[in-house]
Amino acid sequence: MNAQLNPAVKTAYNFGFLDEYAKKEIRRVTLKAICIPGYQVPYASREMPMGRGFGTGGLQLSLALIGQQEQVKVIDQGSDDSVNAVNLRQFIEMTCPGIDTTTRTQDATLIQSRHRIPEQPLTEQQILVLQVPYPDPLVIVEPSEDKRKVMHGEADYSRLLVKLYEDIVQFNEITISHRYPTKINQHYVIDPSPIPRWDVPKLHQSKALILFGAGREKKIYAVPPFTHAEPLAFEDQPFRVENFDDASGQRRACVRCGCQDSFLDEFTQETGQKIYQCSDSDWCEQQLARRSESGNS
Amino acid sequence: MSYVPIKGGGQAIAGAAAVTEFLRTEQALHQPNAQALDLQTIQFQLRHLVDRVISEGGVYHPELAALSIKQSLGDTLEAAFSLRAWRSTRPRLCATPALDTSKMRVIRRISAAFKDIPGGQMLGATPDYALRLLRMELINESDATFQHYAKEWLKQSNPTATTPMSFPKVISALRADGLLPALEADRTAQAFDITREPLIFPVSRSATLATMARAETGSLLALAYSNMRGYGDVHPTVAELRVGYVPIMLPHAVTGELIEAGEVLVTECEVIAMYEAQSDAKPVFTLGYGACLGHNEVKAISMAILDRALQKGKKDGPTNPSEDAEFVLLHIDGVDSMGFASHYKMPHYVTFQSDLDRLRTAQQQEACT
Repeated sequence: MNAQLNPAVKTAYNFGFLDEYAKKEIRRVTLKAICIPGYQVPYASREMPMGRGFGTGGLQLSLALIGQQEQVKVIDQGSDDSVNAVNLRQFIEMTCPGIDTTTRTQDATLIQSRHRIPEQPLTEQQILVLQVPYPDPLVIVEPSEDKRKVMHGEADYSRLLVKLYEDIVQFNEITISHRYPTKINQHYVIDPSPIPRWDVPKLHQSKALILFGAGREKKIYAVPPFTHAEPLAFEDQPFRVENFDDASGQRRACVRCGCQDSFLDEFTQETGQKIYQCSDSDWCEQQLARRSESGNS
Repeated sequence: MSYVPIKGGGQAIAGAAAVTEFLRTEQALHQPNAQALDLQTIQFQLRHLVDRVISEGGVYHPELAALSIKQSLGDTLEAAFSLRAWRSTRPRLCATPALDTSKMRVIRRISAAFKDIPGGQMLGATPDYALRLLRMELINESDATFQHYAKEWLKQSNPTATTPMSFPKVISALRADGLLPALEADRTAQAFDITREPLIFPVSRSATLATMARAETGSLLALAYSNMRGYGDVHPTVAELRVGYVPIMLPHAVTGELIEAGEVLVTECEVIAMYEAQSDAKPVFTLGYGACLGHNEVKAISMAILDRALQKGKKDGPTNPSEDAEFVLLHIDGVDSMGFASHYKMPHYVTFQSDLDRLRTAQQQEACT
């Protein structure tokens, strides 16, 4: 009635989980994405053994790119130890035997991330893979993919700009908090994934290759190294990152490492008091280590 | 100074897996002789569940479908998901030519269009006319009763009855009478493989049908139902619905000759909808087609209705959601939609922090004006 399973074959997955044909397809799509900065290249996204929306697009990119010598870092919300980051890292370790994983940003050759770009500036030797839930910034003004494709081709972003304008009329402020539409190489506008606005300037002239993988929506796109990346704004309404000043105008510091120029997570303590801490946990660790070193010397 | 711990994700995941395994085996606490579900039991006694998982998982593997049901504690979305994830690691070795469903070894076959059809109606196993009364006698069904029935049933059925193994298709007769559009001249086109190519709209009918064949049953039903109720105008008649085993013909590795490699259980449905004026020919009925792996009649009918609705949408432009290919095809996959619904449970601290920043700024702006 059924094909008999060979027990020896049951657990034998290829290096990087995906079969070589799938990896080849993803690499070819990635090359196309790099050649046309910001253009969303469709691909036949494979089902991965974790939920769509949990980073299957980023994971397919990582698995297709990881080589034997790779040093991989996986973060979620800036943290190496959040449940989803741990889950993805364990899966990569399981399916890519022999590679190394690290939490130190500067040691990693490939970084997969959800919702953050590390605070530590990246280098030419590094690839950053971002997980993407919504690859198309036009989806907020046009639900049909077919129509959006034409709008992108014609670089017609007028409806997006009208949306920003309407925000200003209504709220005196652009209300887009994250996933901030950003024009790449002066043509395609991308959804840079749900990174905060804080991270958007890091896309501009980035030394590292930045790849975006949307598994569920089956798209890959790229911001190649040293490429122009410009968040949409108006001359009299400039793009602004998150503000972490307190009521007196003083920049808040991380309660743990004291850093005053990182993206902060806000916590409400049981006493009702608010405290702030670096969202990038590796950055926080390294700042803390540096502070205690200089304190000891 | 207190700070929020940033470690512990790994232990939390391991703990969640352990407590889930506890739930799977908990029965043994209450019944020391409790036995784990064996896959054969799932395959035979929960066959519609297995069929659903096969169809939505997109691979005909009843044994692994049963395993998937067992490990997911009976969650159909999860079970189809695990099976699909396994399937996606398998390379594509070859493709069959189009299967001939007139060769189907039929276990059930009906037509709502004609009282009598060539070969006759064959009701087969169906709950359609059963009274949905709870069968209380099954609460404490004895092993002896259970083991007795199938044997007796076979004895009573007449082995000499000459039921044919296969039946002609109802629509073949309608087509011969000139009531349906003629078959497309070029029938050699390769099927669109949705596991190897992305959907780029507008998509071919082949891609449309493949996407629906793998769709989640409930999603497909909901969209088809919207069309049936009034957000659309298909008004279908089931020309034929058949369930049975279709031989899978594969080319021989050396000679290239087609040989039967096995058979798969398939549900197939054709619906006929009202005729349309054609500019250059006499009017004919229109046709919607649905087929899926396993025995799942609601899915095949829903698919056939949506196929017809989408053909109309493609021709005249969509006037309802069920006629819009993007709307239908991008929202019916169980793995995609359940994954995305679940992902909202993951941390969104960073984006929410960013949302807070925008709201506070907007509030300040409001206060200033």
